[in-house]
Amino acid sequence: MAEESVVRQSAEELPKPKSPYKEFARKFLKRKAAVVSLIFIIVLALVAIFGPMVIRYNPNAADYTALLQGPSPKHIWGTDEFGRDVFARLIAGTRLSLSVALGSVVVGTAIGIILGLLAGFYGGIVDSIVMRGSDILFAFPDILLAIAIVAILGPGVINVVIAVAVFTVPSFARIIRSATLEVKEAPYVEVARSIGCTNSRILWKHIFPGTVQSMIVNFTMRIGTAILASSSLSFLGFGANVTEPDWGTMLSQGRNYLNTAPHMVLCPGLLIFLTVLAFNLLGDGLRDTLDPKIK
Amino acid sequence: MGRYVVKRILGTIPLLLAITFLIFMFIHLIPGDPARLLAGIDATDQEVETIREQLGLNQPLLVQYGEYMKGLFTGDLGNSVKNNATVMATILPRFKPTIILTITSMIWATILGVFLGIIAAVRRGKPLDYFCMIIAISGISVPGFWLGLELIQIFSVNLGWFPTAGLETARSYVLPSITMGCGIMAILARFTRSSMLENMKEDYVRTARAKGLSEPAVIMKCAFRNSLIEVVTVASLQIGGLLSGSVMTETVFSIPGLGRLLVDSINYRDYKVVQALLLFFALEYIIINLITDIVYGFLNPKIRYS
Repeated sequence: MAEESVVRQSAEELPKPKSPYKEFARKFLKRKAAVVSLIFIIVLALVAIFGPMVIRYNPNAADYTALLQGPSPKHIWGTDEFGRDVFARLIAGTRLSLSVALGSVVVGTAIGIILGLLAGFYGGIVDSIVMRGSDILFAFPDILLAIAIVAILGPGVINVVIAVAVFTVPSFARIIRSATLEVKEAPYVEVARSIGCTNSRILWKHIFPGTVQSMIVNFTMRIGTAILASSSLSFLGFGANVTEPDWGTMLSQGRNYLNTAPHMVLCPGLLIFLTVLAFNLLGDGLRDTLDPKIK
Repeated sequence: MGRYVVKRILGTIPLLLAITFLIFMFIHLIPGDPARLLAGIDATDQEVETIREQLGLNQPLLVQYGEYMKGLFTGDLGNSVKNNATVMATILPRFKPTIILTITSMIWATILGVFLGIIAAVRRGKPLDYFCMIIAISGISVPGFWLGLELIQIFSVNLGWFPTAGLETARSYVLPSITMGCGIMAILARFTRSSMLENMKEDYVRTARAKGLSEPAVIMKCAFRNSLIEVVTVASLQIGGLLSGSVMTETVFSIPGLGRLLVDSINYRDYKVVQALLLFFALEYIIINLITDIVYGFLNPKIRYS
């Protein structure tokens, strides 16, 4: 009885185990650049969702009395060659630019995860096919592969999403494959196998959650890359090709007025730069928080 | 070492074959009839049929691939639709500007990137470290086409120091080289910093300090010399990407190089030229990576024995 009370007492004296989420939040909040980036991304997401509802001007409404005007109290970021408000167009373009980037990375990640899990779990011929396929895609520099795909499929939102998604796949397939190889040897997977779990249950319920951490950082950084790639395609004239404004297309149109209306290049370019920077800084912050070995 | 080199070269052959097949298929993957695409919208059925026969598009796919491979080895890549010259004659004059741009970008990016990386590592956690790393992460994040346009705006339009387009004088290369090398500089700065930090923790650095070697000598002779192999490897791996990165820079600065030719050819539906350029960019990327791997294996025995 006395022994039991001693055990209970010493158990009470032990510090309570910290919640992994709280621990993560505590470490993450120390990284100021990453926190500021996260706030910027959240604001950008809110702008993408609600921005078009609250802007003062119609982003597609031409005003031929106010062509190529510089920033003024009426048009804070000036007007373009059709007198359209640049600020309103950038706000409206946030939705399309972020949707294309996010859509392509989500599609690329989903395919990469499935291929990586299958390659790592089954090995053999499946692994060889997936890895050689990745090698082929890796043989093309990112933007070149995207240009080649758009050259085949033609411009358009869906085609840009496909093009950017394709070069996102191999990096995820490789990361998830190596994480799967590591996780599948873990004792809890061995236990799941020994109690008769099916392969698909082991893959999705036991192995996949173990690979998520290695995926998060790449996912965040790939969104930045996708924004750069999709706006590069738009700049070259292979982009979304829609009437809706888009950051890359706006910048491409602005280059013809570099002398007379430099704000047409400065504003969309700055927004692309800050957005990509925010995703890269957030990715860096997440990597440092999740992996204490990297400093 | 010989076995390692042979193994690496043999390992690349299937990849090269797969790439050539994929690029050969490029023209067949385009929706619609490739013969009609090449002949143009206004062409008659007779003209389309003639093109189909000339290009062998009426033959089985594997025979066509065989002919394509034969053409690759004999330098016969077909004819350009745009200027009626052979593809080789169209591409060859475009090499010089792209190669010069690649070399100049690589030189400044490597020097500045390595310098920033060393400074950041030595001043770790200090304001100078943050400053160098802000430059580095900005370099990775900045869209090259925007940077190029802003450089034109400031240094060509406002200050008049450099030409806005073309490559007539040596000064014409300055702004495009800065634009093209910015990303590489950033990657090298980040990599050099992390490699230096790893090496500065090693016992031989502590020993050098204990022996009374001056701090600059410890950094440059011990830590940096050991980082150098990896830094050179990473720098070499960037060359392949840099060549294809010329697409954006050459478009912004209206430079008649390979990247600009690719964009123009896609717009003009000159698919034979597009096919040849994609093949060139992919092959040079693979070959540069292969050479880098072999040289790295030569310099670092751990790699070739693993």
